Amino acid sequence: MSEQLLRIDDLHVAFSTRRGTVEAVRGVTLTVEAGEMLGLVGESGSGKSVTGFATTRLLDAAGRVTGGKILFRGQDVTKLRGDDLRHLQGAAMSMIFQNPRAALNPIRAIGLQIADAILTRKRISKDAARAEALELLRAVQIRDPETRMNAYPHELSGGMCQRVMIAIAISCNPALLIADEPTTGLDVTTQKVVMDLVAEISAARGMATILITHDLGLAARYCRRIAVMERGRIVEEASPRTLFSSPQHAYTRRLVAASPTATSRIEDLVTEEERERHAAVVSRPRQELAHGTPPLLEVRKLAKRFDQGAAAVADFSMTMTGGESVGLVGESGSGKSTTSRMICRLIDPSEGEIVFDGQSIGHVASRDFHRSRFRKDIQMVFQDPNESLNPRFTAFDCIAHPLMRLDRIRAGRELRQRVEECAERVGLPLDLLPRFPHQLSGGQKARVGIARAIACRPRLLVLDEPTAALDVSVQAVVLQLLDRLRRENDIALLFVSHDLNVVRMLCDRTIVLRNGGIVEQGESRALFDNPKTDYTRKLVEAIPHIETGPMLAAAL
Amino acid sequence: MMTGFGATVARAGRRLLSSLPALFGVLVFTFLLMRVLPGDPAVFFASGPNAGKEEIEQIRKQMGLDKSVPEQLVFYLSDIGRGNLGRSMMTGQPVLKDLRERLPASLELTFTALLIALIAAVPLGVVAALKPGSLVDHGVRLFCALGVCVPTFVSGLLLIYVFYYLLGLAPDPTGRIDVFTSLPPQRTGFLSIDFLLAGDIEGWWAACKQLILPAVSMALFVIAPLARITRASMLVSLGSDFVRTARSVGLSWQKVVVTYALRNAILPVITIAGIVFSTMLGANVLVEKVFSWPGVASYALDALLSSDYAPVQGFVLLMASLFVMVNLVVDICYGIADPRVSIG
Repeated sequence: MSEQLLRIDDLHVAFSTRRGTVEAVRGVTLTVEAGEMLGLVGESGSGKSVTGFATTRLLDAAGRVTGGKILFRGQDVTKLRGDDLRHLQGAAMSMIFQNPRAALNPIRAIGLQIADAILTRKRISKDAARAEALELLRAVQIRDPETRMNAYPHELSGGMCQRVMIAIAISCNPALLIADEPTTGLDVTTQKVVMDLVAEISAARGMATILITHDLGLAARYCRRIAVMERGRIVEEASPRTLFSSPQHAYTRRLVAASPTATSRIEDLVTEEERERHAAVVSRPRQELAHGTPPLLEVRKLAKRFDQGAAAVADFSMTMTGGESVGLVGESGSGKSTTSRMICRLIDPSEGEIVFDGQSIGHVASRDFHRSRFRKDIQMVFQDPNESLNPRFTAFDCIAHPLMRLDRIRAGRELRQRVEECAERVGLPLDLLPRFPHQLSGGQKARVGIARAIACRPRLLVLDEPTAALDVSVQAVVLQLLDRLRRENDIALLFVSHDLNVVRMLCDRTIVLRNGGIVEQGESRALFDNPKTDYTRKLVEAIPHIETGPMLAAAL
Repeated sequence: MMTGFGATVARAGRRLLSSLPALFGVLVFTFLLMRVLPGDPAVFFASGPNAGKEEIEQIRKQMGLDKSVPEQLVFYLSDIGRGNLGRSMMTGQPVLKDLRERLPASLELTFTALLIALIAAVPLGVVAALKPGSLVDHGVRLFCALGVCVPTFVSGLLLIYVFYYLLGLAPDPTGRIDVFTSLPPQRTGFLSIDFLLAGDIEGWWAACKQLILPAVSMALFVIAPLARITRASMLVSLGSDFVRTARSVGLSWQKVVVTYALRNAILPVITIAGIVFSTMLGANVLVEKVFSWPGVASYALDALLSSDYAPVQGFVLLMASLFVMVNLVVDICYGIADPRVSIG
């Protein structure tokens, strides 16, 4: 056994909130050895980030370590003060964060920000610090580092910002790097590049790393040891292989099941008892469409140009039949959201035609489309369940609103009946209906969003990353719900996502977009198993797969 | 860097152009407003209460008031176009000359007051934000509340009572300079600067002493909004991710608070300072009256009370133009302080 760098011993962290003290971490014990990469996995609220912040002493003013020890090279971090603390931060351990753009000072050139970090440790001239910062930018593989030195964070992509953040974090050669969801919100390909970089740098510098993530696949790919956290406790700790082949704890089992893999089906994602309830529907085969049925949706040569610059979407054509599910995938900026919004008639296309049920709807201005009789038929589920619900509407009001507007149902018994029926269909307990969004969990909010979208019995549901903001276990349930709705009611689904595993499971067909144009399309399984273009292959390969096993572990 | 500057200038130009319709609207609106206000300037300016009907009629004709309102408006607009703001009946001088004489006094007072307010408000806001909920925070809040709820003329009179009457530290509050000091050659119109340019330190000190009390009483009133906005935006800044980043690499406390938090927090303060400045310019009539300060606001008030159309219209136009200019300056400052602006 090699040298123990960090030992966390029965750590307790509590936050004082308006509603009293909340225990976020309740007895975490773990060790990190020098040069090791440890995965700390758990869903939101499990206390994994809080553990990281307690270790680097970056807890909010409301948070307090109420018990336990954090020993870094034998020294208790929780008791450090003043200069000792500042010596620890940055020089001994540093951190990279989720949302890299927000983590950088928006009005300071990135070169200066790196130099700031260098100058706190070393008594060197500003020019020397600048030269060193340039060297670091090279180390994190930023192209054209001389010009980038003077760039501001808003001029860089998310992946670039994360590299700058890594440069800042490693500027003083820390012994421990804590990476808190470093790739959440980045494209899969960027995610891979950034994580490869972190792994490479840690290995080259002998730096220990704690990777905090909600993504089991990601942790499995890069870590040799994974600790699973649930509600402030570590419930299991093992190598990825053991964790996936024979998870011991019930929570780990659920988490492993819910993490989509290359071969999993939607039915596999949830535990036994959940599966039973709708088994009948799931097993019912989809009815074959009679030959010659006109398509539900036909899009021809759709294009969108915003005020200046190149087209966001160009020459986009597709067809969908009733009850079909089509996935629209691509990196950010590929035009997938723009396309879905044009089809939903939320924005106007610059060119092209949208034919729904034999009627051309592309020419109806988006601001007038709410009067069209097709508004009921095309509904949308938005990405962020928190942002897309009116905070002053109860769940009931949210679901009732489209019914009152589009189906002209007056407030009364019929409305209540319809709303309750919708809630039941999406599995939302009826006693939650009088609640406001902030009183609901993420999964419940997602259900309200879906219930609202299906309230008027649409024939086409456009979903813009509906599970991106959800935990995997919640995502599993939501995906299953969507699949069930599609089978029960023959709703066609247009599913916009960057998560290829999810698209593979849910969608019959997949369209791959890049820079506003279609790169490849076809039957999902064939497309993912046998990508024809390099771009698609790159996308597919970037997905962290659990089966591939820990890459680094195998290499070592 | 050059492109950033070019973008800023272009943006400023666009803003200036887009404000022209608003200025025109202000012109027409003030003109019409003055016409519907009760009071007949001809009667007011007739030689005495016993003036005959013919005399009044003659004055009316002389002032052009016998014509229809649209005709008057056309004359007025063409005069403005030629840079003629009309003649004040009160002072007998062209309005332009009157305003030019008085504007520097108002500007000097307002600038000084704003400077004092900013120097006091920003540190107060920062201190309050560093320890929210502490005794210091509550102290700042109390001070701000007092500043806002005591009207300017009351605080002005209180200051005069304490510093002039009781302590005798301040000179008598009668205008920009006491009668015994000779005025410096006029260059900028700002007495404190003109004295310095003339090398007259004694005169400069005299002018500053006159300036300090009215400026402070005006500043007291605007410290509150500035300090509150500084506190609020400083709190946001201190809680932001990039300050956490700065702390995570162990930057010094000063660097975190000043370079990282405050520089970001100051952005909204710039905007508010611009608004506050514009408001102060128009609203400082009370202070000007209390301290017999020969500024434009008290000039406009006197004109309004005596139905003297031209000065009031000239004053409103001046204020509107200044407002446009101030917004422009704020815009440019913002563009320099925040590299993100030039993109949008």
